[in-house]
Amino acid sequence: MTDTAEHTGPMMAADGTTLKSSLNRALRRQKLRALGLIAPLLIFVLVTFIAPIADMLFRSIENQIVSETLPRTTAVLAEWDGDSGEIPSPETFEALYKDMFVAKERKLHTRLGSRLNYELTGVSSLFRKSGRKIEDMGEVYQDQFEDFDKFWKDGENWNALMGSEDWLQAQNAWDPKSGDKQPPFELNEAISGLLPETSEAFQTYADFVQNEDQKNLAKQDPWALIYSALYNDISAGADVSGYSGPGSAELLAAMGAATEFETVDYAAAFEEVDKDWHDVEVWQTIQTYSPEFTSGYFLNAVDMKKSPDGAEMRPENEQLYIKLFIRTLFMSLVITGSCILLGYPVGWILANLPARTANLLMILVLLPFWTSLLVRTSAWKVMLQQQGVINDTLVWLGVVADDSRLALINNQTGTIIAMTHILLPFMILPLYSVMKTIPPSYLRAAKSLGATNWTAFWRVYFPQSVPGIGAGSILVFILSIGYYITPELVGGTTGTFISNRIAYHISSSLNWGLAAALGAILLAVVLGLYWAYDRIVGIDNVKLGG
Amino acid sequence: MKLTKTLLASTALTVAAGMAVADGHMASEMTIVSWGGAYSNSQQQAYHNPYAEKTGVEIINDESSAEAVAKLRAMNEAGNVTWDVVDVVAADAIRLCDEGLAMEIDPDEHLAAAPDGTSAEDDFGDLLVSDCFIPQIVYSTTFGYRTDMVGDTPPTSVCAVFDTETYPGKRSLEKRPINNMEWALICDGVPKDEVYDVLETAEGQQQALDKLATIKDDVVWWSAGADTPQLLADGEVVMGSTYNGRLFSVIEEQKQPVAMLWDAQVFDLDGWIIPAGLSDERKARALDYIYFATDTQRLADQAKYISYGPARASSAPLVGQHADLGIDMAPHMPTDPDNAKNTFLYNYEFWADYRDDIDAKFQAWLAQ
Repeated sequence: MTDTAEHTGPMMAADGTTLKSSLNRALRRQKLRALGLIAPLLIFVLVTFIAPIADMLFRSIENQIVSETLPRTTAVLAEWDGDSGEIPSPETFEALYKDMFVAKERKLHTRLGSRLNYELTGVSSLFRKSGRKIEDMGEVYQDQFEDFDKFWKDGENWNALMGSEDWLQAQNAWDPKSGDKQPPFELNEAISGLLPETSEAFQTYADFVQNEDQKNLAKQDPWALIYSALYNDISAGADVSGYSGPGSAELLAAMGAATEFETVDYAAAFEEVDKDWHDVEVWQTIQTYSPEFTSGYFLNAVDMKKSPDGAEMRPENEQLYIKLFIRTLFMSLVITGSCILLGYPVGWILANLPARTANLLMILVLLPFWTSLLVRTSAWKVMLQQQGVINDTLVWLGVVADDSRLALINNQTGTIIAMTHILLPFMILPLYSVMKTIPPSYLRAAKSLGATNWTAFWRVYFPQSVPGIGAGSILVFILSIGYYITPELVGGTTGTFISNRIAYHISSSLNWGLAAALGAILLAVVLGLYWAYDRIVGIDNVKLGG
Repeated sequence: MKLTKTLLASTALTVAAGMAVADGHMASEMTIVSWGGAYSNSQQQAYHNPYAEKTGVEIINDESSAEAVAKLRAMNEAGNVTWDVVDVVAADAIRLCDEGLAMEIDPDEHLAAAPDGTSAEDDFGDLLVSDCFIPQIVYSTTFGYRTDMVGDTPPTSVCAVFDTETYPGKRSLEKRPINNMEWALICDGVPKDEVYDVLETAEGQQQALDKLATIKDDVVWWSAGADTPQLLADGEVVMGSTYNGRLFSVIEEQKQPVAMLWDAQVFDLDGWIIPAGLSDERKARALDYIYFATDTQRLADQAKYISYGPARASSAPLVGQHADLGIDMAPHMPTDPDNAKNTFLYNYEFWADYRDDIDAKFQAWLAQ
């Protein structure tokens, strides 16, 4: 009986561990196995569905392009008072010159121009034009340095002046033909202390040549930007008398001469490129869109715009999106409604016919479902147009006069007819499978208890078919909200949906930010409606069958 | 854009497999993107077949030009461009160049000189509207009308479009502001050389929309180039705008009772770009193809299959007869002197700037 004392502790498994942890381990292994089994699907869904959607929607607030392309300008511009009515300080223009120069080399300035053109018309060509002229702007200094001493013309001399000793040694040992990468440029620390701006500009230049352009640094001529930076360092009073590295004599000589150099007024130079640079509105736009994230796209998507005084409505003749959202929701409801009206009797007949006939009719329902969407839509064009089959028949029957043929296409009617037809199977199939499960004896029982045909249907049959209507409606409504091919082809001007504008901004105007914002709003509306549906009808009350 | 990335990666594998057997430093397989239909066919006959015969390269056709800008941007973001040469309209080429998605071309280095020695730059002349763009054809957007629906007075001026009393019936216009705004202003009495000055102002834009509003109820708005030919053939519209090549095929190939109204036709360009960021072998192949396909004779050959004018001045005298119909093609070229009495050149700079703004107003106006 001495053993019993040992059994008062936790239950032990055969291998001596507690039963609880042993059980847990076994269960964990099972859980992991289950997870491992669904992992491929989970990863697939994450990678191909969730991640792209999240990435796309994120674009609706993303706005790094402005501060990344014009880092110095946006920093200086933060101090500027946009309401003052005066153009920004000369320092801003100088910062703009530097940013624009680098952006031009990296071919990013036109990209930023297109981005800002969504907010202010004309910025696109302003940036393109300025990019073309930016090189001439700083060449004033480059020419003067080079005229003063040929030393400054040669990229090798610059490399010797700016590069660290280690780098110069590595560079000399490097054989361009060997196929190895050129050793990455390193700044000479002595020089970077003495000439901070020049060093910064040179580092940018060297990084660009080596990494983005993939060229040999020894064979390149330095940017005009570096000469302007050197001039700035000199006029800021850099003292290089203590410096004795390569090129020190030339540097010292240039220091003396540079005080006499002709200077550049960047504000005036930019005005000469385009007078719009002295337009306050351009600068307000840059300032408004300086932050890394913006609400601008979302405001745009609800017919508003950012202004220096906050958000405001767009003028009446530019309001479009709210109208399209309302139209999309309204027409989707109408399409869902007509699908119920047309689909319910068909579902009823299918469910109550003998299996053989029902199967035959089911093929008729599914046949259009298997036909290409474009073919069906084009067929509706032939049917509905004014010289089309329906109008011809009506005229022949004398229902309408030849000169007042019905406009059935290129308007809302066309979209509703074509989309109802296309989406009808999505309503009939769930209705049919739910109706199939309602025993016919219920109706007979109701009638034998004295109910009229109508009462028997309405009180007994219909409530049991509601889950089918619910499932069909959700399918049809959500599908039609996102449809765009059919409305584009048969919708004319009054029958197009918000998705047509989303497609336009994705593929034509390339305003992906706005497209993402419109898409995010549409997604939110659908989720909101789903939530409302759940509250009112209850999502448990939806059945796809059985 | 992970999805695109995965899709592109698999495409890239196929391309890489093809590149493994590259001859010398040029890829042995290339993907050329174009518009499809009769236009791609004309390129197949005039460029692809002779080039493949000459070099043994396998050319894969992709008909994605309509979405080329968006797709190239997606490919570029995914870091994997699978296209080698892309056919786009000039406005798209300018945008691709702006976005850094197309490679810059030096005409005199990368393109063949004319047979008489004129440099490529001079031979293409003003048509080199972007640093990245190699023009191929001049096409025009113009009107066609039903000859049996206009009575005894066929229209001679573009303003017939706005004259619903003399020419009752529907007309089809493209569902975008470009071209329509210009035509509206011209027919509202604005002199041709002042159109863009007027269109720069909000009042001018309103003026154009007001003019369009006078026929808004009579317009069928099209978005695919095939719409107007179908609407004309079915007698749905009395007149409509579309590309001149589409009208040529309605008139000469399908023998429909339709005639051209060349007045105030708007010239536009279509041509090649090479995507930025290709590997050296693929770039070399693309440049070699471009050099071959845009020489004087090749451009003239394309006009045998479709009624678009070659973009080189030196190609014009070489334009011959249609390959199947055997009719002279010169009188069907938009650039033919008889057809080009009153023309307009698409103003790229203007529309690059104003497109977003005016399109927003235009679409809002349409939805009213």
